[in-house]
Amino acid sequence: MTRDEIKLEVLDILSDIAPDEDLSQLKDEQSFREQMELDSMDFLDIVMELRKRHRIQIPEDDYVNLASMDSTVTYLEPLMKDIQRV
Amino acid sequence: MYDTLIIGAGMSGLAAGIRLAYYDQRVCIVERHTTIGGLNGFYRLRGRDYDVGLHALTNITPKGAKRGPLARLLRQLRLSWDDFDISPQVGSEIVFPGVRLLFDNDLDLFRAEIARAFPAQSDNFERLLAEVAEYDDLNETHAAISARARLGELLTEPLLVEMLFCPLMFYGSAREHDMDWGQFSIMFRSIFMEGLGRPHAGVRLILKQLVRKFRGLGGELKLRTGVERLHVENGRVAGVVLQNGETIEAKRVLSSAGWPETMRLCDDGQPVTAQRPPGRLSFCETIATLDVEPKRLGHDRTITFYNDNPSFDWSESHEPCDLRSGVICSPNNFEYDEPLDKEGSGVMRITALANFDYWRGLDEDAYRLEKSRWYDRITDAAIRFIPDYRGRVIDTDMFTPTTIVRFTGHDNGAIYGAPEKQLDGRTHLDNLFICGTDQGFVGIIGAITSGIGMANMHCLK
Repeated sequence: MTRDEIKLEVLDILSDIAPDEDLSQLKDEQSFREQMELDSMDFLDIVMELRKRHRIQIPEDDYVNLASMDSTVTYLEPLMKDIQRV
Repeated sequence: MYDTLIIGAGMSGLAAGIRLAYYDQRVCIVERHTTIGGLNGFYRLRGRDYDVGLHALTNITPKGAKRGPLARLLRQLRLSWDDFDISPQVGSEIVFPGVRLLFDNDLDLFRAEIARAFPAQSDNFERLLAEVAEYDDLNETHAAISARARLGELLTEPLLVEMLFCPLMFYGSAREHDMDWGQFSIMFRSIFMEGLGRPHAGVRLILKQLVRKFRGLGGELKLRTGVERLHVENGRVAGVVLQNGETIEAKRVLSSAGWPETMRLCDDGQPVTAQRPPGRLSFCETIATLDVEPKRLGHDRTITFYNDNPSFDWSESHEPCDLRSGVICSPNNFEYDEPLDKEGSGVMRITALANFDYWRGLDEDAYRLEKSRWYDRITDAAIRFIPDYRGRVIDTDMFTPTTIVRFTGHDNGAIYGAPEKQLDGRTHLDNLFICGTDQGFVGIIGAITSGIGMANMHCLK
């Protein structure tokens, strides 16, 4: 997946976690927590969704990388480069 | 072999089941009763639907709110706000001798009421609100300091302190006389700062949605399936032996049966009550069906918390029922789009503290007799605070502490479980965890949150 495809995938996960949320206004560089009021339970869900959909294992120490869209995509890029978006 | 076996199909067990099934675990919920819900049930009697447990949902934040326990649990269960179809309360009240404080889902009403009744306490109350708002409920450690001690420092009017404690204790304190600060803050926010609401169809809608979701994700639910014991080998649950003789294997077990009740199931001789005594607080509830909506009799309040004394005594009742205080709930008095009953009937429920040993000790005939005697006494006590509806009653029902035992299995009919909670849900066994009432959160929203939290912490990570 390219960076853009990874971003679309993360947006898809976020829309799953927060179906009532308008994600079109989401700023890539600003934290999810600030913009969407996500808490630690929601971050676990981002991790679990990535595991469920793409078999990607993210160790607990790496959760900090999932703070914003920019940092998430950067963190996932090497892990998802060989995965095809469906 | 299941990934997780869950004991109990109440709110917490079902919520945990949804989380695990959603993430592709093989999950089975075993429920010994013939129906789901546990403490929160529903039934049909002489052609009418009734709820047990639920008066109102707490933590009601409006659709679209991102913060707070309700928004969090909807996200976690992948449910939409509309799935619970919640209508907000009309408005509730706390009534003590000479003082009546109204509140609804807009905190400003409560502020104004306190300013009216206790003008000297307005600033102090604002300080209390600020402290309560700051408390972090995802932090595992409930601040264990005494809420009575803290309130005594913040407010200088003892009557106001008692009036604040009354609803919070009735809706969620397993501990007698006092609450810890963490529990107080959670309850205060859930009732006064967020608010109360109810689905038009009552608790059955919530349970139906949870079961539908769980089954839709491939979860298995076995009713009439009681657990006989948890077979322990080498510090782990090796098998779950059912009352029907069958044994189920699972990698881990999540039990919502309660702490002492779960310990008793373990066949390794784990001491049951020594380190954590079961709770002592139980309830009776009277249910009256009226031939008229309560508001036509001048009663438009959703919930009335009453106490006939300047001080509020939250302790095990010495009488069969404690007539000094109680909670009156009218399920009609929510802001529904259409009336609760098309024919215009109404329901009044009254909850009062009750003595478990008294009710358990009665034989069948005496039990029936005492039920009708105490139905009258509770009603007579309550109508000191609201319009007299006794002449309009067309049907009645009543539950007692022994009813609670039958539906929940909790020792002593302890409505909110053991006073000491096991906040991290761990037990002496590596693969046995608890959720629900004895883990730490109570009420419907609390129980669901507990199930989600324990599933996340122990079964998913």
